[in-house]
Amino acid sequence: MKETSAVPVAGNGLLGRRYFLKTSASAAIGVSAALLSARASAAQRETWMRVPGSGMSEAGAPSRFETQLKRTAIGAQPGTVGSGASRTPLEHLDGIITPSRLHFERHHNGIPDIDPAQHKLVVHGLVDRPLAFDLESLHRYSQVSRIQFLECSGNSGALIAPQPLKANCSTLHGLISGSEWGGVPLAALLEEAGVQSKARWIVAEGADAAAMARSVPLHKVMDDAIIALYQNGEPLRPANGYPMRLFLPGWEGNASVKWLRSIHVTDQPAMTKDETSKYSDLRDDGIAEQFTFPMGVKSVITSPSPGLKLNEHGIYQVSGLAWSGVGVIRRVEVSADGGVSWADAALDEHVLPKSLTRFRCAWHYRGAPATLLSRATDQAGNVQPTRTALMQGRAPGSIYHCNAIAAWQIDANGEAHHVYV
Amino acid sequence: MFMSNGAYRAMSFAVALSAATTTALAWSAEQPNLGVELSPAEIAEMNLTVLPDGTGLPPGSGSAAQGQTIYAVQCAACHGVEGQGNLNDRLSGGHGSLSSGAPVKTIGSYWPYATTVFDYVRRAMPYASPGSLSPDQLYAVTAYLLFLNGIVDRDQTLNETNLNHIQMPNRNNFVWAAGVSAD
Repeated sequence: MKETSAVPVAGNGLLGRRYFLKTSASAAIGVSAALLSARASAAQRETWMRVPGSGMSEAGAPSRFETQLKRTAIGAQPGTVGSGASRTPLEHLDGIITPSRLHFERHHNGIPDIDPAQHKLVVHGLVDRPLAFDLESLHRYSQVSRIQFLECSGNSGALIAPQPLKANCSTLHGLISGSEWGGVPLAALLEEAGVQSKARWIVAEGADAAAMARSVPLHKVMDDAIIALYQNGEPLRPANGYPMRLFLPGWEGNASVKWLRSIHVTDQPAMTKDETSKYSDLRDDGIAEQFTFPMGVKSVITSPSPGLKLNEHGIYQVSGLAWSGVGVIRRVEVSADGGVSWADAALDEHVLPKSLTRFRCAWHYRGAPATLLSRATDQAGNVQPTRTALMQGRAPGSIYHCNAIAAWQIDANGEAHHVYV
Repeated sequence: MFMSNGAYRAMSFAVALSAATTTALAWSAEQPNLGVELSPAEIAEMNLTVLPDGTGLPPGSGSAAQGQTIYAVQCAACHGVEGQGNLNDRLSGGHGSLSSGAPVKTIGSYWPYATTVFDYVRRAMPYASPGSLSPDQLYAVTAYLLFLNGIVDRDQTLNETNLNHIQMPNRNNFVWAAGVSAD
């Protein structure tokens, strides 16, 4: 194939964000084997052009050839069916919206089969009037829509392992998804109930078999919490909290309680199991930090990544996702030489607060081993830490809030491997 | 109308502020007020919250001696006969291990509040039939788990008035994240 004349902006062939803007990709790539093959087949009338296609349907499905569009690394605790997690196949998706059927899952005792006609949301505790709302009523309240991420606090926790796991992008980082969430601001319901002056927290409780409960500071609830009813334009799916869930933009996923049945307004946190024994962060000095809610600034390269082989030398786009629990992503840098030099990646046009942001950076792979990294910076100036910095002061096994820079090593065969730098 | 630059800027600011306020509060302008008021009895029936100060604990009592049998039948298969862990989480031991380089988090070594044990068992356990234990059985299982960790005696009876007074060994080793406060 013809070699590109583009000038790298960082080590190991990184062409940066301007490359795609300046150059027509096909001209630069030249006549590759893939293009030759495409030209040969275009000369014929393919078999699917010789018969009528299939008909309409009530709901669509992916092409039968897209066999990898499935949740992956599905794991349940021993002896259970529904206590565990499944992950979004990040390396097979693009854009910033995760199809609802591929949104990651984390359940504590399975997915309840809730009849919406019998489900109620009760607001009680330190309020003037305890109130019950059914789904039909909630639909009559003003709704808001937000395109935002939801990330499990344990996402990427495997990166604390002493040696890098042999695993792909979704197995390591797939407890993150992005959706358009639609619903009723919880503040509206709380104001209707009349929040009393002593109130400082809410305890949100789900209608699953674990009656999963988390305490949330009232200021967050009044700021931007919603009772989500819709995800990507359709009613929530059962795995994501049907018929209603709490959604706390930018905060650890566990606190966005699914199948929401109760909001108990209190003057203190309830100290539930999930906010004491589980989602707390143990330091190496034996002290545990509680209520570490916002998800830190983070990015991950979804392509190339393990399992997506580079079949030939030439120009590829390094593409991935960046997000921050405090606001918008300002900058994503990519390195192809293990962090010696960096190039700014281009951000897709939807750069939204507490949302996934898609980045892309052109790269000329010439067959020499390369180590790809990405590093995000958010609007508050927070920079994604190195793994070494993140591990500082953590107790062994402390997996939550792992937003370290992750690395893929591309070998001379074009295969990607999870490595530490 | 002529305005000084200062007055004009002040006015623009006021307009911008009111636009922002309008956006933020758009949802609260007109709401249908459809919440149905519930009676204290209805709330009591559905409320599961237990606070660390004991608020929300139901009347009842039980001891570790009573809890041992319930635990053996309902819990031991997953958590080990003495809480040492089996298919699922270890619940006893690990005392003093948190800063050792090999922390073992159990009820006795890690959990800061005894009320959390009662609350979690009532919410979520036994795994296959959550909600099936009576308040007396819940106090008894709680007492047994605390007994396995050397926190209560075998015959000490726990109830809705004394559970919150149990001092957990690791109580003082939790701090709240920056920005989260009691006020």
